Amino acid sequence: MDDIFQYPFDNKTLLRKKLKLKKELLGRDIKFIEKRIAVLGGSTTNEIVDQLELFLLNNGIKPVFYQSEYAQYWQDAMFGNEELDAFNPDVIYIHTSWRNITSLPTTSNTVEEVNEMLGTECQHFTVMWDKLIEKFGCPIIQDNFDRPAWRLLGNSDISDYRGKSNFIFRLNEKLYEYAQAHKGFYVNDVDYLAASFGLEKWSNPLFWHMYKYSLCLDAVPYLAKSISDIVKSIYGKNKKVLVCDLDNTLWGGVVGDDGVEGIQVGPEVPMGQVYSEFQKYIKELKSIGVLLAVNSKNDEENAIAGLNHPDGVLKPDDFVSIKANWENKDRNMQAIASELNLGIDSFVFADDNPTEREIMKQANFGVAIPVMDRVENYLQTIDRNGYFEITSLSSDDLSRVEMYKANTQRKQLEQSLGSYDDFLKSLDMKATIRGFEPIYIQRIAQLTNKSNQFNLTTLRCSEGDITRMQESPDYLCLYGKLEDKFGDNGVVSVVVGERIEKELHMRLWLMSCRVLKRGMEDAMLDTLVSDAISDGMECIIGYYYPTPKNNMVKDFYERMGFDQVNIDSNGNSTWRLKLDGYQPKNPSIMINR
Amino acid sequence: MERKDVLNKVQEIIRDVFDDESLVITDETVAADVDGWDSLMHIILIGTIEDEFDIKFAMKDVVGVKNVGQLVDLIKEQVD
Repeated sequence: MDDIFQYPFDNKTLLRKKLKLKKELLGRDIKFIEKRIAVLGGSTTNEIVDQLELFLLNNGIKPVFYQSEYAQYWQDAMFGNEELDAFNPDVIYIHTSWRNITSLPTTSNTVEEVNEMLGTECQHFTVMWDKLIEKFGCPIIQDNFDRPAWRLLGNSDISDYRGKSNFIFRLNEKLYEYAQAHKGFYVNDVDYLAASFGLEKWSNPLFWHMYKYSLCLDAVPYLAKSISDIVKSIYGKNKKVLVCDLDNTLWGGVVGDDGVEGIQVGPEVPMGQVYSEFQKYIKELKSIGVLLAVNSKNDEENAIAGLNHPDGVLKPDDFVSIKANWENKDRNMQAIASELNLGIDSFVFADDNPTEREIMKQANFGVAIPVMDRVENYLQTIDRNGYFEITSLSSDDLSRVEMYKANTQRKQLEQSLGSYDDFLKSLDMKATIRGFEPIYIQRIAQLTNKSNQFNLTTLRCSEGDITRMQESPDYLCLYGKLEDKFGDNGVVSVVVGERIEKELHMRLWLMSCRVLKRGMEDAMLDTLVSDAISDGMECIIGYYYPTPKNNMVKDFYERMGFDQVNIDSNGNSTWRLKLDGYQPKNPSIMINR
Repeated sequence: MERKDVLNKVQEIIRDVFDDESLVITDETVAADVDGWDSLMHIILIGTIEDEFDIKFAMKDVVGVKNVGQLVDLIKEQVD
């Protein structure tokens, strides 16, 4: 079934068998996260909602929808609607098209008039977005405008100020300015989708006039996929690692047989060029924070030699892990996952060999396995699958590769030193532990959505949620940043407690696995306790809610000296730590407040 | 293509789209006879029939169809 949701999609099956597919997706044995999605449409949205549901379910997100009445998007947003208010959306998706633009220029308009129209049109949308942000404070996904498939002014339609195409282009620019100025506001690039699908087919007038769909039926899964990519990215369900095969995946030929001089990569021949372009794209993925690894059946020596090909773009240094051996690839995959301390279901496996892909599929790790068919399609296949959809590019994303590399160096140091304590001391760790600060809000929200393993409550929060906690007098919020001699790990831990009388109830307690076993959790608890005591608290109440991924912290509170208060039949447990007489754990970390 | 083969294929499509293997479709079947066959599902049905028979309906055809029999006639016209 996975292949249906892989680019290029099996559109026909998605539409024809949507009812059956939905049942199958819901029947899978996974824990869905539920999200309330309000779809505010400027045209018919029913099929979009049905297809979006399938794509989200496929990403482990179980949506509940609110749909505005036909074309009531603006009224719903501006004048309120009890049903929508009660629905209290987690995400708002606004589906509008060029047909929702109220006035478009004509040839009789002057430049000034057109500028004024642009201002008015822009205002029409910005007041609505402002209102939604103010009222719901949740992520908003807004379609940009596609353009009509016909051009009254022919080629001039795009360049002349009286052209509809020109006007729409300028209006889109205003939309992007708004997106850049507002966190939590995301543009769904319909303009690209329509172009890529073929504008004429996309805007088949039959679907508008018959059913008031702004796009043709066959294009709906592409639109749904695009929205779903944004939603799953917001909720931390992006893939994190691209694991590549080498022979006939990153270069043409087999390095073990053909030798380094014999493999195809580089500018000399068309086959070499197409592999170069693919390598360049992968290198760019690294620049947006995607981790790269190699999983190849090769002698390591040959693999490294291939990656050092003078015309190659990717070098051994670009990969956080290289497994080139004769082990089965599913075993290698598990080894990479445990080395990086990342869930294997956040991996993408790129391999040209259908048999290797099938073996990986059979292993049933939840690894994404794109169909790498023909080298000229590789790049597009990876790109269109939206594995690494960017909704926020934090400075942390940009330096992630360096952080994982530093981790490898730490591991080497650990092996060279006698005791683990000596190792920790030798790291010269410095932590900054403070109340939430505006510059870290984005990262903190990201952590609440991305951390699965060391996460006691798995409470997912938007940036708005985090800001509310920060501003509320009832919450004690701390973030922890950890640096050592190999580099800065950035913000790695978040704890939030709610003050209820003399008890501090822990709503959030999480830590990035990249700093596991470094004493950071001790540093966080020491700080939390000291702040709680200054606040006049008498005890801390900890909660653990089990998920399929957070088993590693099942006994966390016990290890930290809490007493169990109760546990229910689902394994949800409550713990208490008395602050009076707390012995600080004093890890080998210098704490900066 | 024989008329009864077209009808059979249409029945198969309708069963898929409404996810009900027990549906029996005849020339006289109308939308009201099938649970869930509203204007929205109708679009999917038309699209799926177009794909299956590799044909394109004209807008005036889609507007005019009253029952499955007429739909089958339209398909047969284009296929032949």
